[in-house]
Amino acid sequence: MATPQASENWSSRLGVIMAVAGSAVGLGNFLRFPGKAATYGGGAFMIAYFVSLVIIGVSICWAEWTLGRWGGKRGFHSSPAIMGLIVGRPWGRFLGVLGVIIPVGIYMYYVYIEAWCLGYAVQFATGRLGGPDIDYAKHFVEYVGANADGFSLGLGMGQVGLFVLIVYLLNFVLIYRGLAKGIEWFCKWAMPALMVIALIIVVRVLTLGTPDPTLPEQNVANGLGYMWNPGNIGEQLRNPQLWLEAAGQIFFSLSVGFGVIITYASYLTEKDDVVLSGLTATSANEFCEVGLGGLMSIPAGFVFLGAAGIAGQGTFGLGFTVLPQVFSHMAFGHVFGALFFFLLFLAAITSSLSMLQPGIAFLEEAMGIGRKMSVTILGALTALGSLFVWYYSKDLKALDTIDFWVGTCFIFIQGTILIVLFSWVVGVDRGLDEAHKGAAIRVPGWFRPIMQWLCPTFLISIFVLWLAKNVFGWNFQFSGAEFAPSGYITDLIGGDGTPPSTVARASVAVVGVTIAFLTIVTHLAGRRWYGADGKGATLLEETR
Amino acid sequence: MTLGGWINMIISVGAVTTLFAWCIYKVVATPEETKKVHGFEFETPDEKAERESER
Repeated sequence: MATPQASENWSSRLGVIMAVAGSAVGLGNFLRFPGKAATYGGGAFMIAYFVSLVIIGVSICWAEWTLGRWGGKRGFHSSPAIMGLIVGRPWGRFLGVLGVIIPVGIYMYYVYIEAWCLGYAVQFATGRLGGPDIDYAKHFVEYVGANADGFSLGLGMGQVGLFVLIVYLLNFVLIYRGLAKGIEWFCKWAMPALMVIALIIVVRVLTLGTPDPTLPEQNVANGLGYMWNPGNIGEQLRNPQLWLEAAGQIFFSLSVGFGVIITYASYLTEKDDVVLSGLTATSANEFCEVGLGGLMSIPAGFVFLGAAGIAGQGTFGLGFTVLPQVFSHMAFGHVFGALFFFLLFLAAITSSLSMLQPGIAFLEEAMGIGRKMSVTILGALTALGSLFVWYYSKDLKALDTIDFWVGTCFIFIQGTILIVLFSWVVGVDRGLDEAHKGAAIRVPGWFRPIMQWLCPTFLISIFVLWLAKNVFGWNFQFSGAEFAPSGYITDLIGGDGTPPSTVARASVAVVGVTIAFLTIVTHLAGRRWYGADGKGATLLEETR
Repeated sequence: MTLGGWINMIISVGAVTTLFAWCIYKVVATPEETKKVHGFEFETPDEKAERESER
């Protein structure tokens, strides 16, 4: 058994950077970001993106790291227990329940996507994919079972089922090994490997030149231009949808407000830095997203398929339909295809691993059980959820519905709660004083008004915009505004002559059952945490 | 690619790369930073209890 000192020595400086970066870097860096930037015009989007990075991303990141370490110092490692302490009232723990529900809920469908990535990597490596005559759109639909429920349950080499089982087992084996021997050990080699693979692919893309001399306009420079050329910046910046997309990209890419960082930071001690650590995690994510992701997918797609081939593609369309076509046209496409999807797999698994720790920490301290038992309970819970997503794969309805409510809506709410607690309940001055304990760098003074006023206001505004668009179906016109319930709402209540979707309703029910279970456990944990004989009772008095 | 595109790309990619490099430099080069930023205390309550019971 390792002693605490051995654990500290084991966590090298490089190990810290890799572990923190691993939780932040995910699929969105390489697929979602470039698609959004190209769609909304490189220049205006990047302005809104960097403004959002400073106002939302860095602010909430520092707040979450600080509150997590503050809670961990008092012996708590889960979002509900820490938030109860921050509020100074036992009911405050319910403000943190979403910090457990979000990572658990996202994990249920994220492992499924992770399995696609590993499956595609193996298929490219073995030559099953990479041929120019394959209909990649049809292959994707059949591979993930988007054509019929239960279609992807097979366990053959050409089916996703085998890879679902592999990634699920791999995640839990690594988690079961413990944080030191599992997550950090894996991230220490996975993150450098990810960056090296990404750099190899970037170099390959930037040296593609003009592959087809009969189409001279389809060259790398124009591919980069498609991604980065600024349009009418002034006009585009007046488009509220652009701000919504840019802020959303920052928010979801950095994994702030998920409940992951607060748990990770709770394992730090008071003398450990949180300011530089938080900024390092953020910068690693941004380097992977803008510096690598921004030079990879869109330019490669443009060079081989032209603007028409990549326009309007969503995240999955770009990643699993467009890019396989690109690799099929490229010399050594099998190798680069396998490398690219292995890169996505590494990005995904380093994120999914971090999603399990908040649930494990919560079950341990809420139920007073050991790691093995909490891993078992969480394993059973997420297995049921993942099986549901895996089976109800038609149109990816279950995945999409859970992603909408848990992976988007709940994160906005939890992120808002977090920054309001930091800035208004703890108080921004007290909060930053806490952040500066053991800090290697200081938070600039101009961040105080940002964290106190701008960040909550900006976040709430973006959330209202998001609700207006995705729930009430606003057409983003101020004059002649029209509202019509979005597909996510009509899926639940039915639309004009359209019956509600049974799978969407069942997906919401799965989320509801998870919420109910975790809320009941949180309720029962109150006595353990804050009861007269609990360690939290005195702490609650102190924090009031 | 237009001049504006080049400027946009170089500033964006350059900014995030510089920030990332500076952060790594700061972590690696700051004296005593190894002690300050040693990472997570990778020990859960049950592991801690188990270790203490072994003493």
